[in-house]
Amino acid sequence: MSSTVERIILAGFGGQGILFLGKVIAETGMNSEKHVSWIPSYGPEMRGGTANCSVIISENEIASPMVTVPDVVIAMNTPSVTKFNQKIKAGGMLMYNSSLIERQEFRDDIRLVEIPANEIAEELGDQKIASLVMAGAYVKFSKLITLDDVLRTLPIMLKGKKQDMLDLNIAAIKKGYAYVEEKKYMFGRYVHSVFKGI
Amino acid sequence: MAKVLMKGNEALGEAAILAGCRYYFGYPITPQSELPAYLAKRLPQVDGVFVQAESEVSAINMVYGAASAGARVMTSSSSPGISLKQEGISYIAGAELPCLIVNVMRGGPGLGNINPSQSDYWQATRGGGHGDYRTLVMAPNSVQEMADFTLAAFEYADRFRNPVLMLSDGVLGQMMEPVVMPSPKDYDIDSKKWALGYTGKDKTARNLCTSIFMGQEELEEHNWSLYQKYQVITDFFKANKELAVEEYLCDDAEIILVGYGIISRILKTVVEKCRKRGIKAGLVRPKVLWPFPSEIISKLADKASKFLVVEMSYGQMVEDVKLAVEGKKPVYFFGRTGGAVPSDFEILNEVDKIVRPD
Repeated sequence: MSSTVERIILAGFGGQGILFLGKVIAETGMNSEKHVSWIPSYGPEMRGGTANCSVIISENEIASPMVTVPDVVIAMNTPSVTKFNQKIKAGGMLMYNSSLIERQEFRDDIRLVEIPANEIAEELGDQKIASLVMAGAYVKFSKLITLDDVLRTLPIMLKGKKQDMLDLNIAAIKKGYAYVEEKKYMFGRYVHSVFKGI
Repeated sequence: MAKVLMKGNEALGEAAILAGCRYYFGYPITPQSELPAYLAKRLPQVDGVFVQAESEVSAINMVYGAASAGARVMTSSSSPGISLKQEGISYIAGAELPCLIVNVMRGGPGLGNINPSQSDYWQATRGGGHGDYRTLVMAPNSVQEMADFTLAAFEYADRFRNPVLMLSDGVLGQMMEPVVMPSPKDYDIDSKKWALGYTGKDKTARNLCTSIFMGQEELEEHNWSLYQKYQVITDFFKANKELAVEEYLCDDAEIILVGYGIISRILKTVVEKCRKRGIKAGLVRPKVLWPFPSEIISKLADKASKFLVVEMSYGQMVEDVKLAVEGKKPVYFFGRTGGAVPSDFEILNEVDKIVRPD
């Protein structure tokens, strides 16, 4: 990933917390003095189909906020991979929810990161926080935002909500982060592509 | 004030409150509904009035009433709803009343779809209603400008006693960016001596806000005075170029890209990519669409050799650019519709075709 700009598309089913996940990343970027933008898909496809949003974090002013060629796609379900897989920049990253997406040879010119987000969320006691697990996993790779930045931002975003909900969200982020840190996301032959000049 | 991550529609709503607007009348329609939703929550907190009218027609006439009384007032809608408001806008322009009308454009014609679009340029700048009138039209290109332009819009509306139209689109309304809310402006309702609500000591005659002038001479006099006011507005923006237009790398540009709203953001990326490839490209971005910054574009046509206008329509503003260029240089056009936002790659491809035709 470039150290000056990260263009991300986040996608999944409506209800998987995609828009909130995008907001967490964008707001964290903002609180870390980065330029950010967040654009939701608000078309009819939101009803029952895939929900997605585009987020940019940048050291420099963001001219176009549209993400045509993402550096990163965070996919929470299979239709999202189908829709966005081919758009990822060569050398970019596909981070996907392996609880719902079967492992396959997606592409050999991108980094593949497998996170069993639903399983991790379930271990913590709530499927709904799977998207936060992804947030934690994502910041481990980000060059522009850190785990501390997210943990600092989340309480601001969840102000007024119950303490145990905040704790749960924080736990999910930490778990996702740890999963990547322990390199559990790497598998099979893809391990090689992971280190191929990316 | 600290930065907040906000949707364009919400930032506009908060800025309206900071501008002293306490009256909102509207009717829901995607993609502008966050704006009335936000104001429905916020206006009661500041002793304001929020009414979801039974229709767009009704809402714009409520605006007419509140504006006559001297209040800072606004309405908002998206394309089909703005069409319904046109009769009221014509009456408001005729009666010379200040107000803010927000159009978060979506695809048309007819019911079209809810995706972003820029196909209401003609309606906005030519007056979608009947009669010889103009609305001042502003075109923000970021969430920050959705807020800043709203404060300016209420100032212009009062200053010129004219409706101001904010021409936004689905992307700007829905997207979130950090925004620093502008400082609130004081506004004195008693400075509006023409208003029905004016109760100052120097009040003498009965105030009347109307658009009916039955006599031929009477109406011609009214039309003439409106025309002169429109000249004053035009001269104001000629004298304050920085309020009307943003120029980017135009000094040595051979090809100048022209676009407003969200398109201008994409064009900025295109200009940067062009420069990296050795193509001397520049960008002109009208912030005010009426009065159109013709003079600035005309001057650039003496230096630059080509123009490319990009819009989310099949070509509306391009006509104003052609009028400004006066045939001095070729004006090319590229547009997408139906909710497609052209990518920087597509536009770059167009630039290539124009700059290197073989």
